[in-house]
Amino acid sequence: MSGRISWPALAMLVAALVFLIGPFVVIFVAGFSADETLAFPPQNYGLRWVLYLFTVEAFQRSFVTSLVVGAGSTAAALALGVPVAYAMSRFDFRGKEAVKTLLTLPLIVPGIIVGLALLQLMVLAYALPVTASLLVGHTTLLVPYAVRVVGSSLANLRTDIDDAAVTLGATRLQAFFKVVLPNIRGGVAAAAVLAFITSFNQVPVSLFLTGPGVSTLPIEMMAYMETSYDPSIAALSTLLVLFTIGVVAVTERVLGISKYV
Amino acid sequence: MSHLVLEDLSIAYGKAAAVHGIHLAVGQGELVSLLGPSGCGKTTTMRAVAGLLPPTGGRILLAGEDITRLPAHRREMGLVFQSYALFPHLTAYENVAFGLRLRKVAAAELQARVTAALASVGLAGFEQRLPARLSGGQQQRVALARAIVLKPRLLLLDEPLSNLDARLRLEMRAELRRIQRELGITMLYVTHDQEEALALSDRIVIMREGRIEQDAPPADVFHRPATDFVAAFMGYDNRLDVDGRRLAWRAAQVPVRAPGAAPTAGTVKARSYLGERVEFLVATALGDVKGVAGEAEAPWREGDAVSLALDPACAAVLPAVSSR
Repeated sequence: MSGRISWPALAMLVAALVFLIGPFVVIFVAGFSADETLAFPPQNYGLRWVLYLFTVEAFQRSFVTSLVVGAGSTAAALALGVPVAYAMSRFDFRGKEAVKTLLTLPLIVPGIIVGLALLQLMVLAYALPVTASLLVGHTTLLVPYAVRVVGSSLANLRTDIDDAAVTLGATRLQAFFKVVLPNIRGGVAAAAVLAFITSFNQVPVSLFLTGPGVSTLPIEMMAYMETSYDPSIAALSTLLVLFTIGVVAVTERVLGISKYV
Repeated sequence: MSHLVLEDLSIAYGKAAAVHGIHLAVGQGELVSLLGPSGCGKTTTMRAVAGLLPPTGGRILLAGEDITRLPAHRREMGLVFQSYALFPHLTAYENVAFGLRLRKVAAAELQARVTAALASVGLAGFEQRLPARLSGGQQQRVALARAIVLKPRLLLLDEPLSNLDARLRLEMRAELRRIQRELGITMLYVTHDQEEALALSDRIVIMREGRIEQDAPPADVFHRPATDFVAAFMGYDNRLDVDGRRLAWRAAQVPVRAPGAAPTAGTVKARSYLGERVEFLVATALGDVKGVAGEAEAPWREGDAVSLALDPACAAVLPAVSSR
């Protein structure tokens, strides 16, 4: 029977799953600790640290910052990335290969370097406020994701439907909004989710761009851990994992996005 | 006056010229086919007429008006694609309604016209189906309805039947002809299938490498090919230089007989059984010739001596090859 899996293969699979999920289980369990310090396994269990999170003003403020930066940079990355992806899939132009290469750079270059470069440019050269530079910085990081994910869904769409719409009386712009966009909805949603999560979890670039009074949640968590070693960080991590899973699950259920990523 | 006129039309892809200054006139209500092998420029010409490809030279006139620079969305032409190009997210009804909605046609009229168009292609009852749930033939009918519902000034069809199976192709061919007659639509029909072009067209324009080889009614193209290329494309397998003239015969016009029974002697090189007839490839002093004999009277095998009747009276006369 082809359905049978051999013992060594099964062992490998289990090992890989333990390796992937194990750390989350540790964090998850530690998040419900009622002890004074972070330890595994906890001596006592309770919601003490989960509730404590909601009293820390820095967490609340940075959570809002992260949401705003995530939503804003996702919207901006889509506004830039969707037209780029469309142009690349439909038209041949000089420098197309160069644009492609350029778009992979933020994915390849280490975040630390991207962060430093953005710091030089935006904060030191143009003296942008912290939130604005976070928005611009994250947008830079997210555009490649938007172009790639939307591009792969455009690649699966026939190119002649735009021409068909035009011969029926639509302008190129109308053809895009009435015919192309509705057919790549899933890809755009997938790009949005991926971009938002990438921004929300971003550390290296944000590290350079956050400043006095304004910080994203991951940066705030790092700062907190430098001074306090209590289970609140584990509790917060647990909430973030649940939040991320929730976002992905809802969009997957509504739009079926996993085929695009 | 001609409805559509192409004047010295040239089109290039990058630096490579695809169409070299062609002239063509299509009368009101006429169905003209652009026929030729792939790469001959027929689809390129059609896309330029539709406005999807800018010409590099020449003019396109529609009803006397120069539309060379008119954007595609204002040309009021219908285009039926080989791939159907239906909008996957819209039902059959909404696909057909697409152009009417852009033109802000009133609801009652829109419904009447869409319903009538779908009925005229035999798709009443399929209004709410998405394209993915329609067969190839049905999708092609929706594409046709979507184009004709707008009463286009010109209907362009790009190999509309080539993705259909043989039986459906014949059926759709007859239907296209009926619709064209009923509505009196002027059509430019692109195909590589000579049989389809012969069956459908008022006139056939045969293209080769971006130039027009012959522009004539189907019977003329069939019986009096203007060039060696047209003759070859229309099935004249035997093109021979005889007594200083270039003559062409179809295999079916060359009877194969017993040795000595006909003027041209030869030896069978290959034999293919086609049912009622048998086709022979015969080596002769003039070169290799394809001929046929009835199934019952064709006992010859490869290597056997036979004779052929190459009757100049039934041959098509071609210009000398060097003149091309």
